[in-house]
Amino acid sequence: MTVLSCSGLSRRFGDVQAVDDVSFTIAEGETYGLLGPNGAGKTTTISMITGVLEPDAGEVVVAGQPMSTRAIAAKRLVGYVPQELALYPDLTGRENLRFFASLYGAARSRVDHVLDVVGLTDRAGDLAREYSGGMKRRLNVAVGLLHEPRLLVLDEPTAGVDPQSRNQIMDNVRALAAAGMAILYTTHYMEEAERLCDRVGVIDSGRLIAEGTRRELVEKLGERDRISLLLDGDLAHAAAMLGDLRDVRNVAVHGHGLDLVVDDARECLPVVLSAISSNGVVVRSVEVTEPDLETVFLHLTGKALRE
Amino acid sequence: MRQALLIALRDLRERARDRTAYVLALVLPLGLAGVFTLILGNIAGDGEVFRYVVADADRGVVATTFTDEVLRGAAANGAIQIRSVPTAAEAQALVDKGEATAAFLLPEGLTEDVTAGRAARIDVVGDVDAPTGTQVARSLAETYTGRLAAVRVAVAATVHSGVTTSPADLAAEAAAALPGTVVAEDTTGRRQLDPKTQYAAGMAVFFLFFAVQSGVTGLLDERRDGTLARLLAAPVRRSSILAGKLLTSVVIGVLSMTVLVVASSLLMGAHWGHPAGVGLLVLAGVLAATGAMAVVAAIAKTAEQAGGWQAVVAIVLGALGGAFFPLEQAGRALEVLSLVTPHRWFLRGLADLAGGGVAAVLPSVAAMTAFAAVTCAVALILFRKVVRP
Ligand SMILES: Nc1ncnc2c1ncn2[C@@H]1O[C@H](COP(=O)(O)OP(=O)(O)O)[C@@H](O)[C@H]1O
Ligand SMILES: [Mg+2]
Repeated sequence: MTVLSCSGLSRRFGDVQAVDDVSFTIAEGETYGLLGPNGAGKTTTISMITGVLEPDAGEVVVAGQPMSTRAIAAKRLVGYVPQELALYPDLTGRENLRFFASLYGAARSRVDHVLDVVGLTDRAGDLAREYSGGMKRRLNVAVGLLHEPRLLVLDEPTAGVDPQSRNQIMDNVRALAAAGMAILYTTHYMEEAERLCDRVGVIDSGRLIAEGTRRELVEKLGERDRISLLLDGDLAHAAAMLGDLRDVRNVAVHGHGLDLVVDDARECLPVVLSAISSNGVVVRSVEVTEPDLETVFLHLTGKALRE
Repeated sequence: MRQALLIALRDLRERARDRTAYVLALVLPLGLAGVFTLILGNIAGDGEVFRYVVADADRGVVATTFTDEVLRGAAANGAIQIRSVPTAAEAQALVDKGEATAAFLLPEGLTEDVTAGRAARIDVVGDVDAPTGTQVARSLAETYTGRLAAVRVAVAATVHSGVTTSPADLAAEAAAALPGTVVAEDTTGRRQLDPKTQYAAGMAVFFLFFAVQSGVTGLLDERRDGTLARLLAAPVRRSSILAGKLLTSVVIGVLSMTVLVVASSLLMGAHWGHPAGVGLLVLAGVLAATGAMAVVAAIAKTAEQAGGWQAVVAIVLGALGGAFFPLEQAGRALEVLSLVTPHRWFLRGLADLAGGGVAAVLPSVAAMTAFAAVTCAVALILFRKVVRP
């Protein structure tokens, strides 16, 4: 079942078209990654989805409820973890949670529950300003979980945290998705998107330029796994012979080496190596390249995700 | 409304942990009012009593009115002591020896001069070590001679009605105001506040503007700290967020004023007047201060900028409104300008309360409420920009 559907979302700030005709949906239990460099329009998109910002055009529907800046009912269904830490530094962790729990009408018992989920029970009585960066990040996430939302929106929730807190947050997200929550996750960390997200949308300059699972994206772009070989022996013969293998799509000769484009590098590497050695050619080195989202991104936008 | 309350309660919990808030709202106003009272306290007639001598060489009706009505009336209140001596030389000698604060020398022919419409003069010889007492004596004398007719009526009316007004107040009133005004003001029952109350009230209303600022500026803090985005994403109306901030200011304002009223009454002996009247004035004053500070906060871009501008506005309004010194000592232009300040109406309301019943505060309450309504409306419109989608 579809929990979030956005269609034709656009928003302009002065001369900047921050978000341009963005549409996507997220199903129950699905984790959707919005991937893009700084300034791509991720936060602006999220602000419209959470009812913080009114779109110039397009609409957002959360579990059947139309979202707007005044949509009280729709807002109850959404948990929001802003990119900037949004905590009251002079209140304790528990007081922060109690305040937001009361605003959302969540039960008091939820406060202790989410403290436990993010692993902050021991420090709940300390002022938020005394927390480490990672603990603040975890408290930031915890606020979004208080009212058991149908849709959880996390805007770069792991920006600048220690590996332990990052793992904790990612484990939390995985567990919530497994429990059926729809999750929208923005990041510019490629590894996070690859580990967490069922589907990924690539956004650049306000436009959603590609969407799908990692494999779908890779294939859609014609990106393939590659094997680069450095060889001693008869290159031309080796090239001809490898070109006949079923999984090998293309062979190019250069200097002392061969570049192969293959369907699945891990699967066909043993076949390739045994074919070469049985022809008396010596393998000096092997390099395997599997296109990841970074490659996809580079291909799509001509720029790296992070500089 | 429940949401606005929740937001205000959270704000208050946070402010309660902020020590500078207490300093601004309670310690500074009480401390400063105390200092003012100490420095100028002699005027109030507590502690040192002004000892005046009179040498009446005239013995006409103008001279005896001065000694019998003005001076003895004041002496009857215990604010000054009066002693008559036969000659100017004796009077001067007492001052020189430090046994009198100042001497009034009523010259021969004073009554004749006045009735003939000629300029009249009462000489005052003062102890250089008692400048305040001398100043008060001079004010009394100048008032009496310069604006004789009006003052005579005013002073007589006051003294006869048994109102306990210190001579300093009479002098200040008479010296600064036009004769007609003095008469008119006294007949409507308004009186000046005694100095202790004047300074306590002036400081309280002045610092009230600082006390309430943290509430309305909180919206800018929330924007800076990112929590505003979270409030905007929560199932809360934007108007509730704004209302919560205004409510925070009002609660802080009422609390700090209540503490100041009670503390200045107990510690300094200020006389604020009937609690119902004071309560109305405080509430209206708090609303007006909140409105003024909210407008400034709504115009500012950051909480820091707002704080700076708010201080300037609070000081300018306070000075214009007579929070530091009674307006009667200022010029006419200032008096007119002061009509737009809540401070002026707050202090006037207290003076009216001292002179009349609780209902006497209503004009001042109305003026401050109007100020609050206008500024809060402007602030709400401007604040929409801060929470604008
Ligand atoms: N409130 C705003 N006013 C003006 N420009 C904005 C505002 N918010 C975002 N932008 C601009 O819109 C673009 C997208 O920003 P944002 O959505 O924050 O990107 P991201 O979250 O992907 O880094 C950027 O060019 C940014 O400068
Ligand atoms: Mg962002």
